[in-house]
Amino acid sequence: MEYAIVFLPLIGAIVSGFFGKKIGDRFSEIFTSLLVSISAILSFVVFYFVIVQGYANNITIFSWLTSGDLQVNWSIKIDALSSTMLVVVGIVSSLVHIYSIGYMVHDDCKTRFMSYLSLFTFTMITLVTSDNFLQLFFGWEGVGLCSYLLIGFWYKKPSANAAAIKAFIVNRVGDFGFALGIFLIFYYFRTVNYSEVFAQIPFIAGKQINFLGIEINVITLTCILLFLGCMGKSAQIFLHTWLPDAMEGPTPVSALIHAATMVTAGVFLVVRCSPIFEYSQFALNLVCIVGMTTAFITATIALVQNDIKRIIAYSTCSQLGYMFFAAGIGAYHVAMFHLFTHAFFKALLFLGSGSVIHSFKNEQDIRLMGGVWKKIPYTWILMLIGTLALTGFPFLSGYYSKDAIIEFAYLKNSTIGFYAVFIGILTAILTSIYSWRLLFKTFHGKYSNEKINIENIHESPMIMLAPLILLAVGAIGSGYLFKDLFIGYGSSSEFWRNSILFLNPITNDHPPIWLILLTPLLIMISIPISYYLFLKDKKILTKFVRSHKQVYEFLLNKWYFDELYDFIFVKPLKKLGLIFWKNGDIKTIDQFGPDGFAKLVKFFSNKAVQFQNGYIYHYAFVMLVGLSILLTYLILI
Amino acid sequence: MNFPILSAVTFLPLVGSLFILLIKDSSDKAIDNTKYVAIFTSFANFFLAIFLWFSFDTSTADFQFIENKQWVSGYFNFRLGIDGISILFILLTAFITPICVLSVINSVKVRIKEFFIAILVMETLMIGVFCSLDLVVFYLFFEGGLIPMFLIIGIWGGPRRVYSAFKFFLFTLLGSVLLLIAVISIYWITGTTDMTQLLEIKIPKEYQYLLWLAFFSSFAVKLPMWPVHTWLPDAHVEAPTAGSVILAAILLKMAGYGFIRFSIGLFPVASDFFTPLIFLLSIIAIVYTSLVALMQEDMKKLIAYSSVAHMGFVTVGIFTFTKQGLEGSIIQMISHGLISAALFLCVGVVYDRVHSRMISSYGGLVHIIPKYAVIFMIFTLAALGLPGTSGFVGEILILMGAFQKNILVAVLASLGVIFSAAYMLWLYKRVVFGKINNSELKKIYDLNKTEIFILSSLAFLILFFGFYPDPLFRTIDISVSELIKNYEINLTFYLTEAAK
Repeated sequence: MEYAIVFLPLIGAIVSGFFGKKIGDRFSEIFTSLLVSISAILSFVVFYFVIVQGYANNITIFSWLTSGDLQVNWSIKIDALSSTMLVVVGIVSSLVHIYSIGYMVHDDCKTRFMSYLSLFTFTMITLVTSDNFLQLFFGWEGVGLCSYLLIGFWYKKPSANAAAIKAFIVNRVGDFGFALGIFLIFYYFRTVNYSEVFAQIPFIAGKQINFLGIEINVITLTCILLFLGCMGKSAQIFLHTWLPDAMEGPTPVSALIHAATMVTAGVFLVVRCSPIFEYSQFALNLVCIVGMTTAFITATIALVQNDIKRIIAYSTCSQLGYMFFAAGIGAYHVAMFHLFTHAFFKALLFLGSGSVIHSFKNEQDIRLMGGVWKKIPYTWILMLIGTLALTGFPFLSGYYSKDAIIEFAYLKNSTIGFYAVFIGILTAILTSIYSWRLLFKTFHGKYSNEKINIENIHESPMIMLAPLILLAVGAIGSGYLFKDLFIGYGSSSEFWRNSILFLNPITNDHPPIWLILLTPLLIMISIPISYYLFLKDKKILTKFVRSHKQVYEFLLNKWYFDELYDFIFVKPLKKLGLIFWKNGDIKTIDQFGPDGFAKLVKFFSNKAVQFQNGYIYHYAFVMLVGLSILLTYLILI
Repeated sequence: MNFPILSAVTFLPLVGSLFILLIKDSSDKAIDNTKYVAIFTSFANFFLAIFLWFSFDTSTADFQFIENKQWVSGYFNFRLGIDGISILFILLTAFITPICVLSVINSVKVRIKEFFIAILVMETLMIGVFCSLDLVVFYLFFEGGLIPMFLIIGIWGGPRRVYSAFKFFLFTLLGSVLLLIAVISIYWITGTTDMTQLLEIKIPKEYQYLLWLAFFSSFAVKLPMWPVHTWLPDAHVEAPTAGSVILAAILLKMAGYGFIRFSIGLFPVASDFFTPLIFLLSIIAIVYTSLVALMQEDMKKLIAYSSVAHMGFVTVGIFTFTKQGLEGSIIQMISHGLISAALFLCVGVVYDRVHSRMISSYGGLVHIIPKYAVIFMIFTLAALGLPGTSGFVGEILILMGAFQKNILVAVLASLGVIFSAAYMLWLYKRVVFGKINNSELKKIYDLNKTEIFILSSLAFLILFFGFYPDPLFRTIDISVSELIKNYEINLTFYLTEAAK
């Protein structure tokens, strides 16, 4: 069964990729969707066994690398953590496959698209089911590759190509840290298998290492390096710039890869490595701070963006930030819970916005939308559900997971915990405001697109709406249904077993009642406020923007991260390359090396030629000089 | 075993080239015959090499299939023999040569007969390098390879071929002279040039440093290491496709093989002493040439510079003296042999159609020749070391080995991994994606059957060894362990002697 879960999507990818022309578009679409759906259903079965029986398994497929004491296998590891991820990947991936049949109907390269989607599903599954760091790295770079291919899917657009390369290279920067982390692990543990590494952690805990001149604890350094990889993949601050650009890809891709699954790999890794992170308070604090900063900064950027997908992309960054700070305060299970619920409502929002974009004939600017909620009622309702779930409206899924994060941060009872509570609530309000802004501007107010007549706006076909409805069910119910399993006191440790390590046991305390009520209250208040600001009376905002032009520009330009990186890294490196080439290779090495040597030989041979000019007095003169030198030599000795 | 299989593998191509030489007519029929002879010889040799691999015993570190013939009696013998490390390189050579022959049939139009002779002679010399167990024999094969390569660049090359050929010759000659002197001095010091005996004899410490440097200068030029790498881009740019393939896939590997077999084996003290120098030059090579590669406007030059960076990884790995590092280096060399060959062939494919190597004259190829786009993508990914391709296996092991020896080196070398992604993807984007700017491109046709056969067999091997490199590991395992063991024993021997 585990083999089927992993390899069915691969079969789909290969068949659709290599024999796409022979089997035809329709068959390829159905075939890949079917295989991925079977894989998803089997994932559910495994998940069920894990819940009910505490099922766990570790299958070795075959050996990959054997070099000295390094021994790495291709493997399938099933436990609570990986089965949870399998369910998330399975559900979202199969729904996105089905949705794509409708969404890509006008595209010429359907088989290629389906093949990439299935390939992505395969690599993501190998990532989560790995039992060692190297296979994880394979999946890690593999999903990066699929993301690259899918972002650049419309290769005619220069912006899509640029975004694809940017995504790959920024991820490589993170992977650079990740790889070093793996080397460090191998250096100290002589193995890269999780179970063997985790077993040795307590013995390594006190050791120090001199890393580039800095004396640092081995565990802390390992965590920091691994976390660098997570920051790249999960688009955390400093390495987040690729994610909004990644929206150049087709929308189903954004939903699958850049919202529900791939970008959560970083969170997954931190949770998977909880036995390591637990031994380094410094690293945990770092995770927490990076998470908070990202959550806040990207939420502020989302406030002013105008591209419907970019807003949701920044929102994804922000929600990933939540997951990281949950992990950073040691509430790994809550991080996983938020990952789980987030997958539903964020995929819903993305696919919903895809439906909007589809209706608007590929228009993505929310300033050119509005007033269409009656024309596309299903999409509107589904987006509404997604928005409510995202903002954490009471009793929808986001409410349970997000509030749990804030509560656990409070219960942590430390400075960083309280700071997290503050940022958490503040960001929750920002989230609510930008989400409602998106909804109001897209569906309400005046219709403001001059290119397309409002009569031509149509609801999307059923094949696109059906997956949305399923996701909406998840967005409503997944929080309530799974909260006991994932984060309930007692029942959750029963579920997670040893897939997550808590050094400090979870307390059963309850936070004060005001805290429990505060966030939902603020969120509900923000709905009428945003309604008033974005729909009723736009003058207040325009006035505000005019008077605080710099702040607005600063946010609109995304805190100038891209410009900064271009200035610090991209341009100097290109210039350096040019200098090395022109001045180093051509003007120095070649000029003084072979070319210089050749010139030297030529010079001397020219001189030598001049000696042989045939004049007898020249020869006589040379003989005389030679004779006198010889005589001098003989006399002196 | 009495059948001299190593001599057979080594000299079969030479025999084939003699046959081609005897075909005198220049009619179409005769040209066809030369083609058949070349194809037959190179494939026969490939199967012979495969047979050699199957009959090779992986459970011992001793040299196998040893052949010993008296040559210059009393001085040196013609001595051949292989261990787990050499056999992989023999296989690589025997695999790449038929591919070159096929690509030549596809693209070379003038003096095709002579080209085949050059390639087959080249194969004999290259395989000879990897089999020889005597320094003089090694030297002859190693430097002999210079001549056919010089001719291939000089005769079938591009417009600046003469400059490039001489540059190539000048650089390599510099190293060979010193290598020759070193070989003579070894004979003078120890009284033998037989490798198996030399490994037993301990060369006095004080001689080792100079001898090591002499060997190093020859290998560093061939590899090539920074700063003696500038001949490589020029040679590649001017060389015909098959020439580039041989150059990148095998000629460069002879130097890496030389480091492993001779520098470490014969001069352990000096190898240990000069390790920082190697690391320094390799790191410069990785960072410097990666950045230079980023800015190239010529496809072949870009790949040539990337070769220098990749070979920088190899030298880092060799001089870590760890199991992971050394095995990584060997696998990196094999894998780079396949990948660089494939990349140069890919450039050759479009060069044959458009006659330009400039990146700017391409763009939007995916619309016109989609099959080419797919296969080129696989090689691009392999070149940037994506897990699942053979490029990853070598790189990750080398870096793991380096981390144990020197963290700073590992960190700096890992930077190369980011750069390689940048220059390879940027190259791919500018050539394959985007809009079609050059109207000439619209007429070109997609890969023909021969090209598909060549490129997909390379792609298959690259992916196969990416997922299942076990056959490679099993072949080299014991030989590498033995190498490290001997190195460490020797090193402690010299150190304790110094202590006395």
